[in-house]
Amino acid sequence: MAFASPSPAVPPGLAGLPESVRPVSLAGARVLPVLPALGSLLPGGGLRRGSTVAVAGSPSLALALLAGPSAAGSWCAAVGMPSLGLVAAAEVGVVIGRLALVAAPGRDWAAVVAALLDALDVVVVRVPDRAVRAADARRLAARARERGSVLVPLGRWEGADVRLSVATSAWEGLEHGSGHLRARLVEVVAEGRGASARPRRARLWLPAADGTVAPAGNGSGGVSIRLPAADGPGAGSGAPTA
Amino acid sequence: MTDATRTLHGAGRGWGPGRAMSDATRTLVAWVPDWPIVAAGVAAGVPAVVVFANRVVACSAGARAEGVVRGLRRREAQGRCPALLVLEHDAGRDARAFEPVAAAVSAFAPRVEVVRPGMAAVATLGPSRYFGGDGALAARVTEAVTAALPDCGAGTEVGVADGAFAAGLAARRGLVVAPGGSPAFLAPFPVATLDRPDLAGLLLRLGLRTLGAFAALPGTDVLARFGPDGAVAHRLARGLDERPLAGTDPPPDFAVQVELDPPALRVDTAAFAAKALADELHRTLAGRGLACTRVCIEAETEHGEHLARLWRSDGALGPAAMADRVRWQLDGWLHTADGAHRPTGGISLLRLAPDQVVPDDGRQLGFWGGSAEVADRAARALARVQGMLGPEAVVTAVPSGGRHPAERVTLVPWGDVREPARPADRPWPGRVPSPSPATVFVPVLAAEVVAQSGEPVGVTGRGAVTAPPAQLLVDGGRWTPVTGWAGPWPADERWWDTGAHRRRARFQVVAGDTAWLLALEGGRWWAEASYD
Repeated sequence: MAFASPSPAVPPGLAGLPESVRPVSLAGARVLPVLPALGSLLPGGGLRRGSTVAVAGSPSLALALLAGPSAAGSWCAAVGMPSLGLVAAAEVGVVIGRLALVAAPGRDWAAVVAALLDALDVVVVRVPDRAVRAADARRLAARARERGSVLVPLGRWEGADVRLSVATSAWEGLEHGSGHLRARLVEVVAEGRGASARPRRARLWLPAADGTVAPAGNGSGGVSIRLPAADGPGAGSGAPTA
Repeated sequence: MTDATRTLHGAGRGWGPGRAMSDATRTLVAWVPDWPIVAAGVAAGVPAVVVFANRVVACSAGARAEGVVRGLRRREAQGRCPALLVLEHDAGRDARAFEPVAAAVSAFAPRVEVVRPGMAAVATLGPSRYFGGDGALAARVTEAVTAALPDCGAGTEVGVADGAFAAGLAARRGLVVAPGGSPAFLAPFPVATLDRPDLAGLLLRLGLRTLGAFAALPGTDVLARFGPDGAVAHRLARGLDERPLAGTDPPPDFAVQVELDPPALRVDTAAFAAKALADELHRTLAGRGLACTRVCIEAETEHGEHLARLWRSDGALGPAAMADRVRWQLDGWLHTADGAHRPTGGISLLRLAPDQVVPDDGRQLGFWGGSAEVADRAARALARVQGMLGPEAVVTAVPSGGRHPAERVTLVPWGDVREPARPADRPWPGRVPSPSPATVFVPVLAAEVVAQSGEPVGVTGRGAVTAPPAQLLVDGGRWTPVTGWAGPWPADERWWDTGAHRRRARFQVVAGDTAWLLALEGGRWWAEASYD
């Protein structure tokens, strides 16, 4: 009966089906999808396979970067990040069942990252505090290029194709003594070489009130956006738009 | 010639599953009543029960005489017989204690199937001929089993019939049912004997009270109406076998090993041998319809060092997967960074011992293709990293219940069963509201919070701050002015447990560009997480 009269509205559970059942590596699929809000920052509108996208300092930005590929079926790994907030990862859209964590890669971290780059689509690496040898960095970037995976170093990294950083950041939701953190308005800057030599900027809610990432309109700054104070945490209607 | 061929063919079919489809194997069942009681070593006269989940699952003759029956609550049973000895159910004890009985039965025929601890079945075709008939065999088995039992007055019942199910019922009466007589023997039994309460209830409502009435239904209709399980029950009611008796050989030692001469000094040399070894093990297991889910990889060096590590996976390990694990493990051993655990000599012996085998039910690939291959590739890479760093080094998270962001995930080593430590689908009042912090410090960082006056900020007994926070310092960094804050949110956790009781007050604080989750516990401030 259900098949005889398909309702025009797609059930919510099936909305993502066409994306998720697509064979994962089409010949032309050289770009891993990212969340729509981040698309404008990256050349090609997504994570180009084989590239190195460095993120300066912000774990939440790295998680937002993972969310798109992870939701589309990619396997991801986070290396050297024992304190990664996995609940935040799940809220932003990362499928945590497909996120492998290697908290303590030890001294041989480059070999671990290389082994992961062999098979996983996106590998986030907290760059060790001591200086990374240029040869290691080059070798890992080459490995990613060869295997069609994406290396996302978190921290200082020479020779990245794209460097993402949070330029400004403002939290919403805290009064003096009341309320709770609801959303953060950030301005993300993408610089790099080649196609991304010209810096690109985007204003995002990272996270928005429901934990996801949303574009914050194209206001040129100074537009004050207040969230409705009565909005509870996790309420779906909380994603603000300018 | 044709006659001889037919006879041989018929004899050959005796053990195969093909015969069981059309006929039942002549089976002897040895049954020790009240096995859990016997296994616990309690004499039959002593009133004793074994309870599981607060219900009596077995009771001794002494307890039965006092009116105790199976299914009673523990308290009810104790009410009926105040002197009752209550034993906890222990499946391991039952199984261990049954081994001598199974061994006694296997003296008569090699292929003994333990139906459950307390009941063993054996096909009687050959042994009956040898010992002079079913009756003579039953008498001898009774004698042998009784001798093998612990000396506490337990009895043994032996029954012979066509089919294990009928033989089990015959054993309860100590009967030898004539060949071909199983359907008639089973017919008067109530349908509840099938041990399928749902089906039995339905049959009763349909007016089918006995196995004979159920067996009279056409098999195809039973399958259509009651499904595969109903069809199995129908086969039992007709006196057929549910499935053929296990044809595996007794205590199988599936471990395979190879000696390497000259000893292998390089990983690839040893890995080459391991590949053949894994193939051999896989062939051995597959021949028995088994698959390995946990394998112990052992190696000995020419200097006598013994290395072993257990590898498991939640799916069955194929030969390639097993060979890969051996290679990665060898890689791990020979190239380990710290010299303390590195073997000093070449590997002279390699051994693969399956530690856990399961019936091989094949592998179902993802319906949409593609993704299964990707997952496979990822799984191999992760297992490889486990080989380099140890199995605990690669984890994935499972959503779990809890209040604090660190409690709301359970980290599970890759390949282990993904089960949360605490159920996630319960309400956890007092949970830190979303959005959740992107960094959760393990361990927490020391912090200091002061008011405008420079005094440390505290929380009063009534749950109010002594002064608004004005400056924050985390982990010996720089003092940063606080631009927004919320709290205190009291968290009085596990107040019923003096050991685990924690009383904390949580705050969210924005200082500079960063938002923090702070906790004040026992007068000290901690940074638990950052929303950066």
